[in-house]
Amino acid sequence: MKTTMLSTVAAFALTGAALADEVRVYNWSDYIDEELLEKFEAETGLELIYDVFDSNEVLETKMLAGSSGYDVVVPSGTFLQRQISAGAFQKLDTSKLPNAGNLWEVVEARTAQYDPDNAYSINYMWGTTGIGVNVGKVQEVLGADAPMGSLDLIFDPANMEKLASCGVHFLDAPTEMIPAALKYIGEDPDSHDPDVIAKAEPILMGVRPYVTKFHSSEYINALANGDICVAFGWSGDILQARDRAAEADNGVEIAYNAPSEGALMWFDQMAIPADAPNPEGAHMFLNFILDAQNMAQASNYVYYANGNLASQEFLVEDVIGDPAIYPDEATLENLYTTTPYPAKVQRTVTRMWTKIKSGT
Amino acid sequence: MRRAALIAIPYAWLLALFLIPFAVVFKISLSDIALAIPPYTPTAKDGIWTMLSQLDFENYVFLSEDDLYWKAYLSSLQIAFISTVLTLMVGYPMAYAMARAPEAWRPTLLMLVILPFWTSFLIRVYAWVGILSNEGFLNQFLLWIGVIHEPLTILNTPTAVYIGIVYTYLPFMILPIYSALDRLDGSLIEAAEDLGCSRLKAFWLITVPLSKNGIIAGSFLVFIPALGEFVIPSLLGGSGTLMIGKVLFEEFFSNRDWPVASAVAVILLLILVVPLVLFQQNQQRQTEAGA
Repeated sequence: MKTTMLSTVAAFALTGAALADEVRVYNWSDYIDEELLEKFEAETGLELIYDVFDSNEVLETKMLAGSSGYDVVVPSGTFLQRQISAGAFQKLDTSKLPNAGNLWEVVEARTAQYDPDNAYSINYMWGTTGIGVNVGKVQEVLGADAPMGSLDLIFDPANMEKLASCGVHFLDAPTEMIPAALKYIGEDPDSHDPDVIAKAEPILMGVRPYVTKFHSSEYINALANGDICVAFGWSGDILQARDRAAEADNGVEIAYNAPSEGALMWFDQMAIPADAPNPEGAHMFLNFILDAQNMAQASNYVYYANGNLASQEFLVEDVIGDPAIYPDEATLENLYTTTPYPAKVQRTVTRMWTKIKSGT
Repeated sequence: MRRAALIAIPYAWLLALFLIPFAVVFKISLSDIALAIPPYTPTAKDGIWTMLSQLDFENYVFLSEDDLYWKAYLSSLQIAFISTVLTLMVGYPMAYAMARAPEAWRPTLLMLVILPFWTSFLIRVYAWVGILSNEGFLNQFLLWIGVIHEPLTILNTPTAVYIGIVYTYLPFMILPIYSALDRLDGSLIEAAEDLGCSRLKAFWLITVPLSKNGIIAGSFLVFIPALGEFVIPSLLGGSGTLMIGKVLFEEFFSNRDWPVASAVAVILLLILVVPLVLFQQNQQRQTEAGA
């Protein structure tokens, strides 16, 4: 028994030693150009361990369990705010982030509502939540005047009933779907009033029977392959699907539209867990991402806008010139943001979501 | 002394890997949700007595009041039961054929049953996504031979879940039945036929009863894990497939409600104890009969 204990302790000591030259990053799936990962390893000599997730909730579960073992994680604004108040993150040491000057104050002003003074996080990317369509199939089902840019497409049961035959995916994220449903009926999407939130339920329940699946990452491939014709998802993911379909040359044409009624604008922030094994390495990774050319390479690859002003001169026209990625002033006015739910309301929201997903 | 030590090993194992984790889960199920690390309150940091005095059964009351959980338990029982019957219907003929195959073939056939275990379970379930999807191999093939004109929607339906469970657990059904049939004395069937039984009647009167233990063992080996299955319904099932394993994942990872998730887990365990005890009794009877 004693020897086993000793060898376990020894094993822990060994992993402890190995951690110093390792950086563990936990980021969203399909969210970086993987060449950048190799470049980081080559530049710093550190070993990069890169894991992915597809839901803020899963990330938060790991953060609140503690000792996640990650050095850099990427929660979205509202989740970042909750986790900061739970004490999950450490303040950034700006002396170790010389590239922080590249940040864009327009985005920083918005992210400060989640992370005051941006003390705990830097913006990685931001985008909108909207509607991805397989143009050919949707027009085949609903006719040439299908409302592809309106929430009518996904929240009007008459449309959804027809679309069910070609497949519809919704995000498995109550904090995305409920605000959209509230916006559709003209309520405040950021409402924290349980009575107002409850009004989203009949809308979502009404179209639920026609939803093939609630999932937050499968829709990229499913759209690109032609397995589904509509996805309510994140802007860049749908644009990646458009690109994959174009590369495969399979006759599938994908388009992304931010809903004309208004779209949710979100920010994914890089932060360092309070118990990160290698905070030094974590800062090196953040500084690497803050580099204008690296950041531009990432955005050019995943079709999301970033919070890095200096990177803009390196962005390809396809990205910087696309109003679906970098919205013009008019579109920008039509975007809204949300804030975290208080604990009691949170339970109502998650319970409602379980009910909607299971249809009971 | 040595005897005591020998007996202590499995008990220490059980204590460390089952009872202690169970006690931890049970304690969390009596706690309240909190936005903190860890995400529940009270914890041992508050002092043992303060902690114990703040625990209550509120989460269990919550579970009993919400019909979602009952429905999930019932629907899991139903899915596990139907899958077990289907697996038996597919597995029995295979085991029978293997036991009747020429002696020289049997090791190879046995090997073929076990072979899929060489690939990761997850990859095999993912492969079914590729086979069953609307644009998948199965639909392509059926369209090509002209049996159907519109692709069948199989993926993300309960049918896909049944296919996944039957496929995954088939070896657990085949192996015990095969081992029962393998031991079957062929002269019994000859005797039955000599005494005027038709082949079918001999099968029902001799073969099936004598392989009963294999059927029972195989059915439990399929039923018990299928009841708490998570991977198959989440990859192959749609939003309408309600299974308790999925609900558990939702509570824990999506709702981040550890106390309720723990309460669901404790109840699932209590439900599983019943078939486990039955299985145990059956095994014991078999050993005694064998001795």
